[in-house]
Amino acid sequence: MHIGNLLKIAFKALGNNKLRAFLTMLGIIIGVASVITMLAIGQGSKRSIQAEISEMGSNMIMVHPGGDMRGGVRLEADDMESLTLADLEAIRTETRYVSYVSPSVNSAGQAVYGARNTPTTVYGVSADYLDIRRYRVADGDFFTEQDIRAAAKVCVVGRTVVDELFPDGGSPVGRIVRFGTIPLRIVGVLESKGYNSMGMDQDDLILAPYTTVQKRVLAITHLQEITCSALSEGYTDRAIGEITALLRRNHKLREGQDDDFTIHSQQELSNMLTSTSDMMSVLLAAVAGISLLVGGIGIMNIMYVSVTERTREIGLRMSIGARGRDILAQFLIESVLISVAGGLLGVLAGVGASLAVRALASYPIYIQPWSVLLSFAVCTFTGVFFGWYPAQKAARLDPIEAIRYE
Amino acid sequence: MDEVIRLEHIRRDFVVGEETVHALRGVSFAIRRGEFVTVMGTSGSGKSTLLNILGCLDTPTAGEYWLDGVAVRTMGKDARATLRNRKIGFVFQNYNLLPKTTAIENVELPLMYNPSCGVAERRERAVAALRAVGLGDRLLHKSNQMSGGQMQRVAIARALVNNPAVILADEATGNLDTRTSFEVLDLFQRLHAGGRTIIFVTHNPEIAQYSSRNITLRDGRVIADTSNPAPLDAAATLAQIPSASPEDAPPT
Ligand SMILES: Nc1ncnc2c1ncn2[C@@H]1O[C@H](COP(=O)(O)OP(=O)(O)O)[C@@H](O)[C@H]1O
Ligand SMILES: [Mg+2]
Repeated sequence: MHIGNLLKIAFKALGNNKLRAFLTMLGIIIGVASVITMLAIGQGSKRSIQAEISEMGSNMIMVHPGGDMRGGVRLEADDMESLTLADLEAIRTETRYVSYVSPSVNSAGQAVYGARNTPTTVYGVSADYLDIRRYRVADGDFFTEQDIRAAAKVCVVGRTVVDELFPDGGSPVGRIVRFGTIPLRIVGVLESKGYNSMGMDQDDLILAPYTTVQKRVLAITHLQEITCSALSEGYTDRAIGEITALLRRNHKLREGQDDDFTIHSQQELSNMLTSTSDMMSVLLAAVAGISLLVGGIGIMNIMYVSVTERTREIGLRMSIGARGRDILAQFLIESVLISVAGGLLGVLAGVGASLAVRALASYPIYIQPWSVLLSFAVCTFTGVFFGWYPAQKAARLDPIEAIRYE
Repeated sequence: MDEVIRLEHIRRDFVVGEETVHALRGVSFAIRRGEFVTVMGTSGSGKSTLLNILGCLDTPTAGEYWLDGVAVRTMGKDARATLRNRKIGFVFQNYNLLPKTTAIENVELPLMYNPSCGVAERRERAVAALRAVGLGDRLLHKSNQMSGGQMQRVAIARALVNNPAVILADEATGNLDTRTSFEVLDLFQRLHAGGRTIIFVTHNPEIAQYSSRNITLRDGRVIADTSNPAPLDAAATLAQIPSASPEDAPPT
């Protein structure tokens, strides 16, 4: 039979039972809508995490002294002092995939201004640190190369420190804070970055020349960390490879000997966080998928009812020349029509619900085009799959018995 | 030979559990184009089984059946469906119209399963068939808005629309009151006069008087096959029935 005629028959059959058709559709509508909404919420939170991480510098690479401590035994003092300025220089000059590199030494302590004080951390770094961590100076300037060479007692402070020490709101540039016993003149204030996705206040810090922190605060000559950035996030692995090779050569490590340093990257963290949110997405989608399954079972159920109710009609159609496949197609198209119509309404409801979540709960949502396509495809498949058995049952009826069915 | 139907030693056995029911025990006859045959017999004599085989809904256990020159026994399911669509028109006791569907759509139905018949031709032939049964002015009436007599006329129009080699009627007047029965019988007689081949199964001996030939079954065998040179005229009988009930009275 012609597809146009089949569609006409299906529309008519559904039209004869509008409420029932709608209630059957409702299962699919809810299923599709919830798949789309759940994926939109999952993807939205994943994207906002990714955006925050790239704010922190998604291409950041951190080199620490000391090997991977999984063995738990090698914690000699030597080991923890393995990173030197020579390593830093080598990384700066001999790598291709590293764009910025800064030493990092830090010390936690109290920052004091007049009668006020606040616990914070001072980081000894170089100018590259701003580019690596994506900080900007909002007020004043960053300290200079000259300041680094001279181990000058200068610093740049984060917003939180400013707010704690200078609650009156005036510019702190030019004032002198004490960190422990060391007086540091403020030359600049960092633009606020707020909290990161792990809840850390990124504005609670003081930046000072690394030489100053090494000599005047910690009295050390080694580095606690070398912070670098790869050319871009995609080059992270290659940059790590380069740095590893370089440091092993500089540290004269023989083949088979363990690294005396450890490299972490922001990418690892990013992967960890997004894989958590991916798992959330999968779980949410699975729950939503189950409701789609339930919707499909609803279709199957109602199609069985429909086949039984219309046994006489099936018998008649067969006796006037319908073949098994004509009957199969008729009922299959009916169930696909239910699921596709339900799918369309479900897409509308899902997109609507997602937008409502964004508007009302100001939750980050992102509707992925593929999730719409996928759920639509799945529900068409649902229609075929769950419509198949009832349609098959109809097609296999014996016309003689069917036409006498009461 | 202008044979539409030829049966040779048709047997039909049904296996029910351990037992075998012999519904037809070797039925042979031929029907020529333009005959109006009534098939008679008591309940259980095998009339419906015979009609199902004639209608290609069922296949015989043994024996040969030619419909319009085509051997049916060896045909597959789909081929028999197509054969029914092109060569056979069924009229049932309980009309079997599609519910909530107009007369014209009901009549168009067989042509829907014939891909060589276009939309315009389908409509045209359905209208012609409905005119032929006297329902030219009821094309858009729905099946549930019609009386029993009208429904049976729609069913007859549906059986005519594919221009079949034979019309098979199973107790086609069984659900109708006397007057309406004769109206329908009159319609069959006029179709017969127009050259149609009709096989009419009934257990009512009165109806047999209006056909041109009568085959009687008993226990799955033909026990009588007589031609009727002077059939009664249903229109004349109808004129004698007082029209106490309105013309379109529902079935009693
Ligand atoms: N599908 C079937 N299965 C088993 N027995 C059947 C079946 N159809 C008919 N019969 C038997 O075959 C015989 C003839 O039945 P049928 O052709 O219906 O008679 P009629 O229509 O003349 O009343 C009966 O004994 C009936 O019980
Ligand atoms: Mg019977």
